[in-house]
Amino acid sequence: MFPMLRQILRNGIVTEPAPDADIALRVTAQRLSEAMLAQLGRALVIRHVDAGSCNACELEIHALNNPYYNLEALGIKFAASPRHADMLLVTGPVAKNMEIAVKRAYDATPEPRLVVAVGDCGCTGGIFGESYASCGRVANVIPVDVCIPGCPPTPLQLMQGILAALAADRKQAEQE
Amino acid sequence: MESQTPMQFLNQAIEFEALADHAVPTYAACVDEAELLAFCDAAHAGGRRIVALWGSDERNREARLGFALHVAFDLAEGLACLTLPLSAEAPVFPDLCARFPAVNRMQRAVMDMIGARPASGDVRPWLRHANWPADYHPLRSDVPDTQHATQNEEYAFVRVEGDGVHEVPVGPIHAGIIEPGHFRFSVMGENVLRLEQRLGWKHKGIERRFAGMGLGEGVCLAGRVSGDSTVAYAWAYSQAAEAIGAVAPPPRALWLRALLLERERIVNHLGDLGYLGNDVALAFGLMQFMRLKEDWVRLNARLFGHRFMMDRIVPGGVTVDLDDAGAHAIFTQCEALESELRTLKNIYDEHAGLQDRFLTTGRVTPQLAKLLGVIGLAGRASAQHWDLRCNHACAPYDQLTPRIAIERNGDVAARAQVRFTEIKESLHLIRKILREIPVGEVRCEVRSEADKRGLGWIEGWRGDILVAVETGTDGKIRRCHCHDPSWQNWPALEHAVIDNIVPDFPLINKSFNLSYAGPDL
Repeated sequence: MFPMLRQILRNGIVTEPAPDADIALRVTAQRLSEAMLAQLGRALVIRHVDAGSCNACELEIHALNNPYYNLEALGIKFAASPRHADMLLVTGPVAKNMEIAVKRAYDATPEPRLVVAVGDCGCTGGIFGESYASCGRVANVIPVDVCIPGCPPTPLQLMQGILAALAADRKQAEQE
Repeated sequence: MESQTPMQFLNQAIEFEALADHAVPTYAACVDEAELLAFCDAAHAGGRRIVALWGSDERNREARLGFALHVAFDLAEGLACLTLPLSAEAPVFPDLCARFPAVNRMQRAVMDMIGARPASGDVRPWLRHANWPADYHPLRSDVPDTQHATQNEEYAFVRVEGDGVHEVPVGPIHAGIIEPGHFRFSVMGENVLRLEQRLGWKHKGIERRFAGMGLGEGVCLAGRVSGDSTVAYAWAYSQAAEAIGAVAPPPRALWLRALLLERERIVNHLGDLGYLGNDVALAFGLMQFMRLKEDWVRLNARLFGHRFMMDRIVPGGVTVDLDDAGAHAIFTQCEALESELRTLKNIYDEHAGLQDRFLTTGRVTPQLAKLLGVIGLAGRASAQHWDLRCNHACAPYDQLTPRIAIERNGDVAARAQVRFTEIKESLHLIRKILREIPVGEVRCEVRSEADKRGLGWIEGWRGDILVAVETGTDGKIRRCHCHDPSWQNWPALEHAVIDNIVPDFPLINKSFNLSYAGPDL
């Protein structure tokens, strides 16, 4: 027990300040009302769905929960079922073999059912494109709210994109 | 280097041609069915193994040709690739599973992709789910790249019957942040009687994508077959491309490649050790190792411009170099990691709860590992002495002389221990590289040549990765096959969980940490 406590104390808290939302990553207007966004705050539950990535995006999504980024401290956490989630975080081009599973996960997610497409592949189909085995970008299969490009996107870029899904659109904010 | 006189191996009367300009001695021969079977028998008797098995469509090369089956063996002398020509009308090849059970899924993938099938044995589809017709073989040169309607698949799982046996289906989408795959458990109470895997969900047509790419272009795609092994894939692909272009990269480039590869090994081992802790409810371990991993990838980004060093290895060399300040930063980081690792290793070793979950869990005995042909990290944890860096050391490993990490217990604890030992050894190798790296250029030009083949073979963190490239008459890629070590090790996981409890499956799975993307292609 003591060596563990010593190690924890020696390293202290390494968490860095979270970045701001990058609203430019939004591909649709904010569907949620101001009232709803205020209600939700940052208490967001995410279901990650790998639709056919090379698995590098997964490495960076894992990193979101390391002590430096500490996503959970913002109130954002990952759930084991789409039924418990507000958001689907989808990586990869959608492999044909995953098309039905992705649609089912989407159908199982309750509203507001935010969808964030992760990585160059999720945004455009990337290097794999569309083929007999690949449906290409996530938006070809389910509606997408936010696209986070990168190969893979860094944890900071991922945070900026996830937060963008919860941010009011600039236009909307200006009208207030 | 000119082609040498024909060679023979394992007392078989097959004449091999030595392929020039390969980093590891590589030999090729064309065989008939009887010769292939005899060679399999001899290789099996000699304790050798099949590295990879894949098919190709040869009809667009020459009208009289049909298809071909390629089988690469790991021999004491190097890599030996046997090619069995198959007829265009009825391409059938002998089932090699009796000697090498690990080729079962590879054979089925050949059937799906090329339309050449094993003469007997398991002929259930593997990479093809129900999303394209059974007679559509995407790697045939005369079929269009078209999409078909998706459907649910009725897969013929092996049923376990009896009183009290029930099935637990899991996936393709799993509960955590992991890749998709389907696991069908047959359980009695808490105990797993049988696990059957259904993979292939991530199949996205990589091999078809390669066709027609320029030799230089292909390395980006190879680096994205399995993102966690991007360095190993890019190196193996580059070796193949350099063999085709008949060039040797400058020595400094090879040393830098080894530096990147060992850094990749450490990144993945650190992550796994963290998750192994997490899977036995020691969140402390996860947080500590994830912190160390983040420090490590941040230095990658600072020195090499990418956290996972993607696209840094290219045919002809590397796109990055290292100055004195960079070398100093790595030295310092190695010292720091070594000290932290000592502390964390002691904590893991002394933690009764963790050891209780690790020890004897998910055992693959050395006998079973040998029978199944388990390779790489998981193989070494079950006393299988496969490590290319030691057995077929290409430059600079011939000068670095790494020590192989071997454990005998084959349980989760052994696979964790191999990771600890290998991180320590990689830290040693990295410091040796920094001290002894030669000066000079880091990249040379590679020009493709028409109608040539090259094979690259590299020990990634998970096991050995093989990349086989063939060019067409235009010098572009005609066929490129990337082989992930997970092909061999996934079946071993099915055995490792037998008689374990279902809640230990995530832990056992993590201790193997196999790639889904890699073999799904």
